[in-house]
Amino acid sequence: MSTLSSPSRPGRWFKPLIVFDVIAGLAMVTVTWAGLLHAGDAINLAGEEQTAQRIFYFHIGSNIAAFLGFLGSVVGSIGYLFSRRLVWDRWAAASVEIGTIFGILVLLSGSIWAKPAWNTYWTWDPRLTTATITVLIYIAYMLFRNGFDDAETRARFAGVYAIFAFLSVPLTYYSARLFRSIHPIVFDGANEEAQGGFAIGPTMGQTLTIAMIGFALLFFALLFHRVRQFDAEARIEALRERFDE
Amino acid sequence: MVADISGAELISHRAGGIAAYFRHVWAVAEKDIRAEMRSKEVVGTMAAFSVLSAVVFGLAFDLRVPRPELVVPGILWVIVLFAGVLGLHRSFGSEVDHGTLAGLLLAPVERSAIYMGKVVANLVYFLIVEALLVPALLILFDVNLLKPIVLLGLLLGTIGYVGVGTLFAALTSRNRARETLLPVLLLPVLAPLFIAGVGLTSVIVDGRAGSEAWPWLGIIGLYDALTFAAAFLLVDVVWENS
Amino acid sequence: MNDRTVPLIRCEDVKKRFGHKRVLRDVSFTVSAGEVLSLVGANGSGKTTLLRIVSGLDRPDEGEVWLGPVPLSSAAVGIRRYVGVVAHTPLLYDRLTGWENLGFYARLFDLVAPQKRIEHLLRTLDLWRWRDEAVRTYSRGMSQRLAIARALLHDPPVVILDEPDTGLDGDSIELLIEVVAQLRLRGRAILTTTHNLELADRWGDRVFELRSGHLHQLACPDRSTY
Repeated sequence: MSTLSSPSRPGRWFKPLIVFDVIAGLAMVTVTWAGLLHAGDAINLAGEEQTAQRIFYFHIGSNIAAFLGFLGSVVGSIGYLFSRRLVWDRWAAASVEIGTIFGILVLLSGSIWAKPAWNTYWTWDPRLTTATITVLIYIAYMLFRNGFDDAETRARFAGVYAIFAFLSVPLTYYSARLFRSIHPIVFDGANEEAQGGFAIGPTMGQTLTIAMIGFALLFFALLFHRVRQFDAEARIEALRERFDE
Repeated sequence: MVADISGAELISHRAGGIAAYFRHVWAVAEKDIRAEMRSKEVVGTMAAFSVLSAVVFGLAFDLRVPRPELVVPGILWVIVLFAGVLGLHRSFGSEVDHGTLAGLLLAPVERSAIYMGKVVANLVYFLIVEALLVPALLILFDVNLLKPIVLLGLLLGTIGYVGVGTLFAALTSRNRARETLLPVLLLPVLAPLFIAGVGLTSVIVDGRAGSEAWPWLGIIGLYDALTFAAAFLLVDVVWENS
Repeated sequence: MNDRTVPLIRCEDVKKRFGHKRVLRDVSFTVSAGEVLSLVGANGSGKTTLLRIVSGLDRPDEGEVWLGPVPLSSAAVGIRRYVGVVAHTPLLYDRLTGWENLGFYARLFDLVAPQKRIEHLLRTLDLWRWRDEAVRTYSRGMSQRLAIARALLHDPPVVILDEPDTGLDGDSIELLIEVVAQLRLRGRAILTTTHNLELADRWGDRVFELRSGHLHQLACPDRSTY
């Protein structure tokens, strides 16, 4: 029976994980330092907007982590449907859970920034729309998983849903973009309608790289822990089955 | 009583192949439509809900919206979206409730043919309801949606909706919380259809050039193509051990 | 397929669990052409699960089921032509008439001009008078007889009956016994469950009890009683 799920022994990864946690923690300290102190002011902004733009590092960082979660859900789902090994499904589920947290942080940080920059917390800009829809899909995915008792049925059905979500999200973006866009594209001045964009200096570029790496490390640290939990759960299941014998 | 159940001479099988596939699709669709014609459960509920919703929207926006043209495209697609969820969950829900799903799965029929049969039946229900809804909107809001491009968008959008919705109905029919969960799963995945549908309808209602509607039709068409391709690949996964 | 020495159903080391519960542990048996195998056992002992696995509705966790020479795990959908199933639920659409129900399944099973066959079955199972009534108006016994007609529609070599006597009155049970005897004579392999030990004894070439996931042979009634 344990061959069905074959979760690795959770203890094996304990020490490497602690090391990785410390690295991710230090990276996040560096992100905070760089975002608040190292990065220079934006030259074309003043007052509240000047302060608010620093949330941008946090915003983009969370966005990278949320995107990794999105990617993980699809890779895990396709991996499961091809290999039929539940370990893939656990990676998909963990990716979605961690990705949802960062997705919500993206929306919150964006709203906080948007109030001084756009004078509103919310607009139906394509990126906002897409991010919101993606978070809603994640939440639906988690609710959906809850309704199954059998691990394999859950993995199959959740996998099918994740693939449909993956197909629809880019289309959501394109259709929302056909409506309008006021979201600033920081590295590309092509969008003249964008409001709240700002010029970016060398220290800001460095900080951005640090933020992206830091958040990616944090994402993976959390992901590994969640997968380890899932593995432990599956292992307990398997042991209980053997005990019931 | 004498029971002679032989009569094997009365049996011969037809050839298989693509013609058989379409015969199976139509058999499933016709069976559903015939039962629906007698019970009117699904179409009746969807139609009543649609017209009621149109009235409720009319009351909500009356005197608050300067020109109904501003809100009618949204109203049309919101009603289609919500009414659709009502009908879709019965698609497999009734098979599961009556224990007949096993009968379909025990037949020498491709899973995707069962799925397509259900899609055809649902499409018929949706189109009947929309044929009532569009005139109702004309009467209540004095906005004429009987324009070729709007109707084409509605048809293509409905095809995509039914394609995804029928598969999701099959997914949720095995879930503990199926009735409540279907809209939660379905609505965010339908976002592109919804946005494009509203966009397309707005172009026509605003009286802009018809060519502005083509990108929207393109998005809807792409959505239909992608979701049907995925559904065909994945439908076997849904019923693979049942 | 009508050679009586060929096992039409061969079940090997089938295991199935639901969550923690091991419903089937190492179930193996064969049913040859012209043989009736009856399963008895308490509710929840896994009889229905075993029948679902043999009819291809469920997959075993381990083990394999062969229908004739074909392993179910890698069979194409066409294999379903070789099986007829009377399940717990009648598998009928209650808004459709008896005739329409059989007509629908005849189309799914690709039968050519099935009218004669359907008429024959409806008459045999004493349902002809009600052929144009909706199934929702049928009594439990009538539904069950129609379910039997549905299962035999495509004249399958393997017949699986899950508690076919449920809801049948005395006459219908006699009819059912007659049907099973006919199928047996005509070299069909029949796998059935029942709560009725007497019935199991009467038509079963072999009777097994399914208890704690294993099969235990109960009796080997003398074939000459038929």
